[in-house]
Amino acid sequence: MHEAGYNFAYLDEQTKRAIRRGLLKAVAIPGHQVPFASREMPLPYGWGTGGIQLTAALLGREDVLKVIDQGADDTTNAVSIRRFFARTAGVATTTRVVEATLIQTRHRIPEAPLAEGQIVVFQVPIPEPLRWMEASERETRRMHALKEYGLMHVSLYEDVARHGRIAKTYDYPVMVAGRYLMSPSPIPKFDNPKLDRSPALQLFGAGRERRLYAVPPYTEVNSLDFDDHPFTVERWSQPCALCGATDSYLDEIITDDAGTRMLVCSDTDHCGARRAERPAEECTP
Amino acid sequence: MSDDEVLLRVRGLTHRYGARTACAQVDFDLHPGEVLGIVGESGAGKSTLLHCLATRLQPSAGTVEYRCADGRLREVFALSEAERRLLLRTEWGLVHQNPRDGLRMEVSAGGNVGERLMAVGERHYGRIRTQAAHWLAQVEIGAERLDHLPATFSGGMQQRVQIARNLVSRPRLLFMDEPTGGLDVSVQARLLDLLRGLVAQLGLSAIVVTHDLGVVRLLAQRLLVMRGGRVVEQGLTDQVLDDPQHPYTQLLVSSILRV
Amino acid sequence: MEQCIARPATATAPLPARPPMLEVRGLDKHFILHMQGGVRIPVFEGAGFEVRAGECLTLAGPSGAGKSTLLRCLYGNYLVQRGSIRVRHRGEPVELVGAPARRVLDVRRATLGHVSQFLRVIPRVASIDLVMEPLLARGVAADEARARAEALLARLNIPPALWALAPATFSGGEQQRVNIARGFIAEYPVMLLDEPTASLDADNRSIVIQLIQDALARGAAIVGIFHDEEVRAAVGQRSYAVGHTEAAA
Repeated sequence: MHEAGYNFAYLDEQTKRAIRRGLLKAVAIPGHQVPFASREMPLPYGWGTGGIQLTAALLGREDVLKVIDQGADDTTNAVSIRRFFARTAGVATTTRVVEATLIQTRHRIPEAPLAEGQIVVFQVPIPEPLRWMEASERETRRMHALKEYGLMHVSLYEDVARHGRIAKTYDYPVMVAGRYLMSPSPIPKFDNPKLDRSPALQLFGAGRERRLYAVPPYTEVNSLDFDDHPFTVERWSQPCALCGATDSYLDEIITDDAGTRMLVCSDTDHCGARRAERPAEECTP
Repeated sequence: MSDDEVLLRVRGLTHRYGARTACAQVDFDLHPGEVLGIVGESGAGKSTLLHCLATRLQPSAGTVEYRCADGRLREVFALSEAERRLLLRTEWGLVHQNPRDGLRMEVSAGGNVGERLMAVGERHYGRIRTQAAHWLAQVEIGAERLDHLPATFSGGMQQRVQIARNLVSRPRLLFMDEPTGGLDVSVQARLLDLLRGLVAQLGLSAIVVTHDLGVVRLLAQRLLVMRGGRVVEQGLTDQVLDDPQHPYTQLLVSSILRV
Repeated sequence: MEQCIARPATATAPLPARPPMLEVRGLDKHFILHMQGGVRIPVFEGAGFEVRAGECLTLAGPSGAGKSTLLRCLYGNYLVQRGSIRVRHRGEPVELVGAPARRVLDVRRATLGHVSQFLRVIPRVASIDLVMEPLLARGVAADEARARAEALLARLNIPPALWALAPATFSGGEQQRVNIARGFIAEYPVMLLDEPTASLDADNRSIVIQLIQDALARGAAIVGIFHDEEVRAAVGQRSYAVGHTEAAA
């Protein structure tokens, strides 16, 4: 059941149809930014208004929604978006990847593998990867139209010249289907390989910038690099202090006032599930 | 001497800004290895002409044909935008009077010079860097400045970085708009010597717009004199400057102090 | 008016066997000074002559008669109002009057040399580079060009210490010898010499005379202005009087 006084999933049907038309176009041109008439939402820009509008346009009554923020299901942002749709659409929610039909995310792709039929909606602050190098939108659009992407490599060149390596660790630019340069949103570059040929439909929404774009299932997504400075992902010298995972993205957390640090999975659901599968005595605190 | 060697063929080139005609009925041919100077006072239409040639402005009338590297003579305004932009990044170079217009000020000297290589698909950082260092050396900038931002450079050095940024793609045709303008006299002289050497060494074809007759005397074999948007005189540089025929050219030449 | 001056017989082949290297016909030159109310300054009318390979024609006439102007017209540095200048270039006569700049440049690069009265200094360029330049423009390898330039500068008594310096600070005589080296290095088939020995001392003058005689011996056609009687006697075979009142010879 959803709350009276609002249309299902908050947005009116007209607006949702317009967004879905935009999404169809985006799916047809993988990685290409499609403008859409972004609406005022009952939360400020920067809180995922683009992602929320996409989710609102896509939700059906049978959907099961998962919302994560920096890998966690229980942060303020994730909780309030999940509650928003529970109230306005009355859909079921979950923290489990396997149970979800639609996952809205900020800053992460879940560690658990995605499956066909699932949709991931990414919240995007700045959709234009060339923005930092070329301020003129007119010019960046022309660059996309003509597939002139040398400038993105200039920014990577600057990184290597300054730091001896490509120092970009999140929002690491990718080429989609060998055609469009795309910002994967501020996910860690650790997650970039998960974009490549994912069985799930991946959709991106930028509310303030009024742009949406898509990576259809099984689309090739490559991270830019140099032949002599190839793309690599982060590695940690220790496993997750909680679940012992050696192949997940770890956050450093400070556990007391003395500054004691430990490395734990950023994906809380993944970490919890791993711990639940193991005998209790093997778990560290 | 045959026609098929023409690198750039310009016929009836005219550009109007509304009712005002900035340049009218300009005809000339440029052959490989030639440097053509375009002189005249401010407002004579020479910069407008240059920007039409470099396809930054769409002329109101006339044609500009360029012999592409594949040997075909093609009307540049009939090229697709993608082809034109590629031309401007590979076979052509454009040196602006103000280096800020031709450089990325937030990108290092090496990145500025390497950009054209990356634009055509070079993906080896080490090779890009080697090339950038080579071309910076060609314009007398040491490898220790490779990673510095152009903002930390003097005006003359910025101009040299801009030139290196254009030369890295081994262009066949270079457009230069007052390349020594806005620089101190001693810096101008050094830049001019450098350009003279590079043009000879690389066998460049170039079109240089300037109001400075000293620049064309040193750089250009041929000269167009423009006034009020029209070419009033053209010929060998030394002939036009030593035996000017048109009243305006005589005025222009006589106003230069003989050294 | 053309007069023949007797000259000691040297080893030149019979002249009629050779085609003219330079044919000048009906040349008119005047200046119009638009800055001075369009006043017309006549220089010469109907100038004409021929010069064959191995032959040296001296231009005669009082100062101001237009001898230098005529040489500059032949070089394409000044425009003529009327007439014909044909230079034998790569085996064919080529008309220079009205020729496109590119053709004139090609003729200058391969065939036609001009030694002006004074070195027109290109700022900040080393003497050796100035001298090498005509060879480099023809595609001669830098090493060879440098070797030949050094040999010529040495022959003209320019001390090696000066070779790497720009000639702006040199004495008049040194500048002129750099100028001569630049003019002679490319061994042009047709040479225009405008008082090459002015401002030279006797020793250097005789070296230049020798250079001119060498050029004639290899078959160069030369048109020259020589004020110095000694030079004229040593190299001049015929003379041509320049003036606006003269008819074609």
